Amino acid sequence: MQTYLRLENVVKQFGQFTALQQISLSIKQGEFVCFLGPSGCGKTTLLRSIAGLEPVTSGCIFQAGVETTHLPPEKRDFGIVFQSYALFPNLSVRDNIAIGLQNKGFTNIECINLVDKWLEIVGLLSEANKYPNKLSGGQQQRVALARALALSPGLLLLDEPLSALDAKVRSHLREEICQLQRKLGITTVMVTHDQEEALAMADRIVVMNNGVIEQIGTPQEIYEKPASRFVADFVGTTNFISVSMINQHLMRIGEDLLTVPEQLQDLAISGCIVDLAIRPESLYFCEKGKETISVNIEFIEFQGAYCQVECKLWGDLSAHSIYVNVPIREARKLNLMVQQTRYLAMDITHINAYPSEKIMLKSVVAT
Amino acid sequence: MNITQINKLKNMLNKTVGSYFNKISHEQLILFISLAIVTFFLLLFVVGPLWEMLRSSVLNSDDDFVGLANFTEYFSSNAVWYSLKNTFTLGIVVMLVVGSLAFFYAYALTRSCMPAKGVFRVLGMAPILAPSLLPAISLIYLFGKQGVATEILLGNSIYGFIGITLGLIFWTFPHALMILSTSLRTSDARLYESAKALKISSFKTFFVITLPAAKYGLISTLIVIFTLVVCDFGVAKVIGGSYNVLATDIFKQVVGQQNFSMAAVTSLLLLLPALFAFIVDRWVQKKQQNLFDSRSVPYHPAPQPLRDGLCFVYCLLISTVILVVLGMAIYGSLVTFWPWNKALSFNNYNFAEISTYGWSPFWNSIQLASWTALLGTVLIFIGAYSIEKGRSFIRLRRFLQMLSVLPMAVPGMVLGLGYIFFFNDVNNPLNVLYGSMLLLVLNTIVHYYTVAHMTAVAALKQLPVELEASAASIKLPQYKLFWKVTLPVCLPAVFDIAAYLFINALTTTSAVVFLYSTDTIPASVSVLNMDDAGQTGSAAAMAVMIMLAAMLAKLMHLLLDKLFDNSTQAWRKR
Ligand SMILES: Nc1ncnc2c1ncn2[C@@H]1O[C@H](COP(=O)(O)OP(=O)(O)O)[C@@H](O)[C@H]1O
Ligand SMILES: [Mg+2]
Repeated sequence: MQTYLRLENVVKQFGQFTALQQISLSIKQGEFVCFLGPSGCGKTTLLRSIAGLEPVTSGCIFQAGVETTHLPPEKRDFGIVFQSYALFPNLSVRDNIAIGLQNKGFTNIECINLVDKWLEIVGLLSEANKYPNKLSGGQQQRVALARALALSPGLLLLDEPLSALDAKVRSHLREEICQLQRKLGITTVMVTHDQEEALAMADRIVVMNNGVIEQIGTPQEIYEKPASRFVADFVGTTNFISVSMINQHLMRIGEDLLTVPEQLQDLAISGCIVDLAIRPESLYFCEKGKETISVNIEFIEFQGAYCQVECKLWGDLSAHSIYVNVPIREARKLNLMVQQTRYLAMDITHINAYPSEKIMLKSVVAT
Repeated sequence: MNITQINKLKNMLNKTVGSYFNKISHEQLILFISLAIVTFFLLLFVVGPLWEMLRSSVLNSDDDFVGLANFTEYFSSNAVWYSLKNTFTLGIVVMLVVGSLAFFYAYALTRSCMPAKGVFRVLGMAPILAPSLLPAISLIYLFGKQGVATEILLGNSIYGFIGITLGLIFWTFPHALMILSTSLRTSDARLYESAKALKISSFKTFFVITLPAAKYGLISTLIVIFTLVVCDFGVAKVIGGSYNVLATDIFKQVVGQQNFSMAAVTSLLLLLPALFAFIVDRWVQKKQQNLFDSRSVPYHPAPQPLRDGLCFVYCLLISTVILVVLGMAIYGSLVTFWPWNKALSFNNYNFAEISTYGWSPFWNSIQLASWTALLGTVLIFIGAYSIEKGRSFIRLRRFLQMLSVLPMAVPGMVLGLGYIFFFNDVNNPLNVLYGSMLLLVLNTIVHYYTVAHMTAVAALKQLPVELEASAASIKLPQYKLFWKVTLPVCLPAVFDIAAYLFINALTTTSAVVFLYSTDTIPASVSVLNMDDAGQTGSAAAMAVMIMLAAMLAKLMHLLLDKLFDNSTQAWRKR
């Protein structure tokens, strides 16, 4: 697949404040990419830069092989949907979609047919003559989607399109957008701060923080191999467990000695302290053995399909809590109780390690 | 140079020019042009005159710099302190009286279930349609030397403090009523429900909930009234007698003594309280907005016979007084020769016989008002749109935003004087405008710029922020979006602005009194002149004509609103 959209060292400053720092990125034809990050990290700014709604300070943007860096938005090829719908309030649903088509010079008949086609696709044919404020939020967002797609743009930009909707409508529309995107094969960029949404919808995720890209990868890569501590923390839940390396092959967690997993052996300089990052579902309770950690159960929370068990390292009450997800069937077998001492084993293929936060703090103080 | 080289150069040139034009879109060009027009307008017609006035206050009559000499001279005269004291006494008395009168009137309109609310609302607002000279003339008919009810004053003269106070109370009443009704209407029903649940008596509820909730509206009202009174010139001119105030001082200094430096110093003095009031008012407005949020539940009063009865009697009393004052002016204008020949006739309306100008002042005023409404609405709305919805030129837009609120802080007399300084200067190429209708129109637009601008901005803010971006994404040019969406949605506000400008252009005296020529004399000024010449009947007749024209304009406004309601506002209906 060839590259459709390419950003090179894009920088955006608002006065003294740098909202985007040297963003480089390429998106393939037909790909669904999500910009994911906490609010205020610059996702919207990046999306608006791609659309030309926000002029970039420096850097280049190429779309479909043509440089578009300084083109005004009306000379670029994209459709956009905002969180706030931004429909034309005094035009009916039909006219909201038709106005762009008429302006492009389609004949009346063509307009009617196209509008009907798109209303059919988003399932709003029966609401065609209503005004936007008579529709529900989800319906309004569908109109916005139809309006954005009616001119068959090469690029679809979505800025938190689902954030203003309630949970049921949101998951419904989420699926519809995915299906539509696949059917049309349109290159799509969606901004979201909801990691679940990004994981479920995207072909690739761009994780951002403070105006820089932390990681680009498929949802699986992002979830299983977070490139930084920030990504591990922001996407899903992660336990950070402090370990001290004794030598190349041995490490200590709390009071227990364990074998250093193979992929971490080059990190293991004796005497250094690192944080292991482990997902709650990669930990499981078992009998005391050679490769287990002893923990004290503090709290058990019933979550429906699984139990979330909050534990503390045995003998180190100052450490962070460790969360373990136990499937409900297993939980019944294990018969876990609060205040018990139990033993945890790790799924060592799904472990990552990052420099310890404590040490980083120390080095910051030192400098 | 050979041909290939020239071609190369040509190509290069084409490329750079072409890419440059690609970068600047049509949208930006249009935006830039409209912002530039507004900037030039505000700089030339607000900043320029004000600056020239400030400069003149430190120059002597030969244009030499004299530092603060004018100020020392000014303050050494006893007359100044007299005028200052009078101005402030008037301001405070009228402010307090109108504040309380209008508060209870607004309370009755918004918080009771009395009958005939609609009629009372219209009557309460009626004085706004008359020039401030009208109540003054009416008061002369009522309480003047040969008035119909002079005895009520127990030997005191209506000319002076009493007359000015009464006239200004009448004329500023609707301004206070407008602000207070808005502020009382937007109060939260939940507070009253809690009061009921806590078994607080309705009398006490008034003091612990109603008053505090209307606090900011009340402060804002008092400030607006104070400014109006301090800056008003018409009432004091007609009925002030020897009771001097700052506004009439400026007039005398300019028209009587031709002492422009002194007038500039007086203007500065007048500018100060207006500026102060303006700043406080902005602060209050900001506070007010936070009081009523989208979760608040509007209050709907329940019938309560005693309260409703009292409210009805009170409103009946006030609106009777309003009707009497308006009616007296009309009656006076119809009396053939007060007080000797009380037969009714249209003799006073026979302006062709009475003054050299004939009917021309009236038509001048209609012309002035029409142009002001037309040009002003277009300029102000497009200006507000460019400032509010433009994408580029952030700094310029911010600067214009600040500049747009400046005219509100400048009293009419001060503005008019500034125009004399700025446009009556032979070195200024714009000197040709002096005395022309166009300058009167531009001056009036500036005089009422801020309120109109804020009305436009408030209407524009109701539209979704991302509308322009959405339009750009579907390749809809911004001017089409403006035409198809923005303008229809904001049409009621556009009509409001036009009506506001039209009516104020008809009734204003203060700024234009310095700027008219024999060809462009407006009706309000001719009322002043005729009154000065002792032709009170004709003065009343002209004032009544102004009022009728304003009423007609208001009716037109309502009609237009109705006419376009279905085609542009249908989407608002639930
Ligand atoms: N027009 C602007 N002027 C100044 N700062 C801005 C502007 N737009 C965004 N910012 C700042 O840029 C940062 C990134 O904003 P944004 O891209 O909207 O974040 P988000 O990731 O939540 O979409 C924020 O800190 C915001 O305050
Ligand atoms: Mg955002």
